[in-house]
Amino acid sequence: MKKQQTLTVRSISHLTGGSVHITLCPPQGEALPPMQPGQFVEVAIGKADVLLNRPFSIFHADAESLELLVKPLGRATDVLADYAAGDTMRVISPLGRGFRMPAVGSKVLLIGGGVGVAPFYFHAEALLRIGIRPTLLYGERTTPDASLIATLSAVADVKVCTDDGSCGFHGLVTQHPAFACDYDLVQVCGPMPMMKAVYAQARERGLDTQFSLENKMACGLGACLCCVEKTTTGNRCVCTDGPVFNIDELPW
Amino acid sequence: MVDLSTKIGDIALSNPVLTASGTFGYGLEYSDFLDLGRLGGFVVKGTTLEGRQGNDYPRMAETPSGMLNAVGLQNKGVDHFIEHIYPRIRDCGSEVIVNVSGACIADYVACAGRIADRTELRVIELNISCPNVKQGGMAFGTTCEGASEVVSAVRKAWPGHLMVKLSPNVTSITDIAKAVEGAGADSVSLINTLLGMAIDVERRRPLLSTVTGGMSGPAVRPIAVRMVWQVAKAVGIPVVGLGGIRTASDALEFIMAGASAIQVGTANFIDPAVTMHIIDGLEDYCRRHNVERLMDLRGII
Repeated sequence: MKKQQTLTVRSISHLTGGSVHITLCPPQGEALPPMQPGQFVEVAIGKADVLLNRPFSIFHADAESLELLVKPLGRATDVLADYAAGDTMRVISPLGRGFRMPAVGSKVLLIGGGVGVAPFYFHAEALLRIGIRPTLLYGERTTPDASLIATLSAVADVKVCTDDGSCGFHGLVTQHPAFACDYDLVQVCGPMPMMKAVYAQARERGLDTQFSLENKMACGLGACLCCVEKTTTGNRCVCTDGPVFNIDELPW
Repeated sequence: MVDLSTKIGDIALSNPVLTASGTFGYGLEYSDFLDLGRLGGFVVKGTTLEGRQGNDYPRMAETPSGMLNAVGLQNKGVDHFIEHIYPRIRDCGSEVIVNVSGACIADYVACAGRIADRTELRVIELNISCPNVKQGGMAFGTTCEGASEVVSAVRKAWPGHLMVKLSPNVTSITDIAKAVEGAGADSVSLINTLLGMAIDVERRRPLLSTVTGGMSGPAVRPIAVRMVWQVAKAVGIPVVGLGGIRTASDALEFIMAGASAIQVGTANFIDPAVTMHIIDGLEDYCRRHNVERLMDLRGII
């Protein structure tokens, strides 16, 4: 069951690199609906110049709180980064279909590019509950936020790659030695060029891989048909058929 | 108790709030957020004889107080609608209206004919104004002859209420409205989207795969109100108003300009329960202004 609720910002922290980590809580006496890793939420920005809601990955969620990781990259995200504790926003959740849970004992690689790392804390936590500690390849332009790395490291073996070599491995996630290993499942979220590079190699190596897309959407509910991705079975909505797609569904 | 009821010709509705085609899916997408039975009715996604994949991504761009879309009538065809969707929404308690589109007159006629033969629906909305398809769509809705021809043909195949959705991308919308009235339309709905365009200057590319698309949202409302006012004065058949409605006050503008019912479009994307707030707001307005029957306000301007 999807819900539309007015949530209150409990805290907002500004991370190195410009991203913000926002913790939201539901009104007194209300609970957030159950959410799965890889699902997303729609946030009403509620400021002039931004008409449509914006989709965000779920960084973490339970009945009492919803956490988002947001990178200010445009009109809407710039507004969100300026929110303060006590501010409210209308949120629709949960939306879409999340990541597949692998069989117990599977070897799992998560690949996050930039703010595309956002859904992987929640997902790695779920994996850990069934005894899988995934490897998380996290690509950034430059040194990522230390507290974010510490948080992610609690649930995954984090391997940082930076474009400028200022932290971790100097190079692309697909050049990191951890990418060359074998995995039962690879799950990816990040910028399109990165996802396509992973796609090409995963195809060649026959890796079972899932990709989380973020096509521009208006409704998030499967009504407007704006966010479609061309799949092997025709145009499908990223908001309801995705955002997570299996490699064999994508004719990239 | 305020009376919000209205009639679009022979079709009586509990209230004048409908949803606009293409913005409300098949209603089911919104059922977590509202009671479909509380709507006056809803217009389902543009339906064609055969299924259509629609246009390539990107299909949407946000613009100041509005948006452009170029979906291109993606749908699985009228048979899919009749077999798989209709049984799930037929008893929802409000008027279900199918928006019928086509690439040629024969397609419109065949699509309307199947709905007549295989459903108990009372109303279709004939889409002669979609700006996002290469053939048909708006091509029929921009000349009096084209509009008249398609409406006359569908009139013979469709015994129920025939609502015709008009394009604003014309020199005189009242001439088109009179033409479709003459061809047998029972009502007109307006406006469909305005043809627009936006460019990403950093990438030096259009924001839509189709370059141009249909503009909707609050930015178009004054144009829509003006056109509804003009058309309501020019024709004898009922007018259904739409274009940028977000609040009860927006809806009242259309009613005062002469609309017997209104449709809410883009606003459904922003607040999926917006139609419920509009119905509540209309009731509240009538109470505050001692209006017993909402439709007493129709066409007062």
